[in-house]
Amino acid sequence: MKKIINMPGDVVRECAEGFAAAYGGQYELLKEAAGIRVRDVKDKTALVIGGGSGHEPMFEFFLGENLGDAAACGNIFTSPDPGTIYQTAMSVERGKGVLFVYGNYTGDSMNFDMAAELMADAGVESRTVRVRDDIASAPRDRLYDRRGIAGDFFVIRISGAATGAGLSLEEAYRVTEKANENTYTIGVGLSGATIPGEREPIFTLPEDEMEFGLGIHGEPGVKRVKLMPADDLVDELYRQLLEDSALKAGDEVCSYINGLGSTTLMELCIMNRRLKQLLDRDGIRIHDMEVNSLVTTQEMAGASITLMRVDDELKRYYDQPCSCPYYTKKRLQADAGQRSMPS
Amino acid sequence: MTTLDCAAARGMLLACAEKIIESKPLLTEIDSRIGDGDHGIGMAVGMQKAKDRLEKMEACSNVYELFQEMGKTMLMSMGGASGVIFGTMFLGGTKGKEPLPALGCRDFAGLMADSLEAVRIRGKASAGDKTMVDALEPAVRAMETYGGDDFVEMLSLAEAAAAEGVEATKNLIAKFGRAKSLMERALGFQDAGATSVWIIFGAMRAYLAAMS
Repeated sequence: MKKIINMPGDVVRECAEGFAAAYGGQYELLKEAAGIRVRDVKDKTALVIGGGSGHEPMFEFFLGENLGDAAACGNIFTSPDPGTIYQTAMSVERGKGVLFVYGNYTGDSMNFDMAAELMADAGVESRTVRVRDDIASAPRDRLYDRRGIAGDFFVIRISGAATGAGLSLEEAYRVTEKANENTYTIGVGLSGATIPGEREPIFTLPEDEMEFGLGIHGEPGVKRVKLMPADDLVDELYRQLLEDSALKAGDEVCSYINGLGSTTLMELCIMNRRLKQLLDRDGIRIHDMEVNSLVTTQEMAGASITLMRVDDELKRYYDQPCSCPYYTKKRLQADAGQRSMPS
Repeated sequence: MTTLDCAAARGMLLACAEKIIESKPLLTEIDSRIGDGDHGIGMAVGMQKAKDRLEKMEACSNVYELFQEMGKTMLMSMGGASGVIFGTMFLGGTKGKEPLPALGCRDFAGLMADSLEAVRIRGKASAGDKTMVDALEPAVRAMETYGGDDFVEMLSLAEAAAAEGVEATKNLIAKFGRAKSLMERALGFQDAGATSVWIIFGAMRAYLAAMS
């Protein structure tokens, strides 16, 4: 795969330096560790996110108003080490504790837990929410084995608003975990991704096939099928989401179509059009719809659908304005008057 | 060879690092089949840092400190599950040990047994879960059961036990890491972490055999 890089080992640092060159007024790279933080650290529960790099803009650029305060950056698709996480968290901790939010992966859990132990030794309290939205990664009876994928977006949005509203660590944890419990994602992969500097992609798919449940690090999925029209694909993904989440008429959701890197906005919007039809058909109320590519896997092609069931409390946090250079929400765009579409 | 002094231990650990760095393509290939292919890359990064650190430790007079620094360097530089687990494989057993300028076979077996325990606590994995424990546990058991005092003999047994452990991972369903989502489709493929353990024991044996 052709990539515009220098030395593979320098990718993560050079990427951060380029980001800081553009947005250094708001963000600062830590000197002592591979972490990025907001310059204007508020007196509140700190929200620290992070994980492997290679999913930009998640995690390290998803910082700002009502989003993360700092992100610990690992190598490509690899969790950061405990020292990096500890230093990143301590750089934004203001005596009110740290809420960690990251995807539920073995490596991330071990390293963040070690960092949390180091912080406890230093007298700093922390709580952890591991995003586990990928319904294809484990059956419902093994919920805590599920991986975090595009649902990071919703869970971090809610946790950013909750900590931004001044909630205590315990309350922010509760609200964030509620968002986590109600977030469901299923994805489909169309083509592989290559770790910068490696010659071969981490997986390949035949030209006429797609794979359901393919992970955002190329973890093999649950079912490989022939390519199908967008509507059929969305129907199948939606069917699986509804089955797993038990969403029903009268429930209210926020939805998110996430592109994995090289799938175009055009394709994502085509998917969203069908998703809207299905939700309307089933009487599931739409609080908001997002179409974007915020949790990517290098040049991987494919997309996922995320549904978050919302109640008044989650809506209140979801509706808070938030912004970072790659995602801004000032007010709800899918407001009631514009929601109906000609069928 | 019946004692492992600091010079020998340092050379042995450096040999482990070099062998893992050399095996990066193999480990990447193995991990790509059922994981995300990052194991070899991470191990090579950590081992390079460990090598840099060990190279500066010529004056060290405590064998445990060499293992400790190797583990700590890996833990604080690699990231990923491998960073914690393989860091702990070298670091975990050194906790609470009185400094020693040289180890006998019993000391070394004890060190590795304590490290195995630390790995199990940290990673929450047991034998049979298709992880590096499937190679480390039989290797350590072989060291513990060995009644003699020859390092090369003991490590040959450990290496063979680790190799059998790697082979056995082919018939296991993964309970940890990314391969666990594959369920029975991970059958037939060996675990990359277990393979690294086997490479490490092989490198230790080969280095000491060449010395004696």
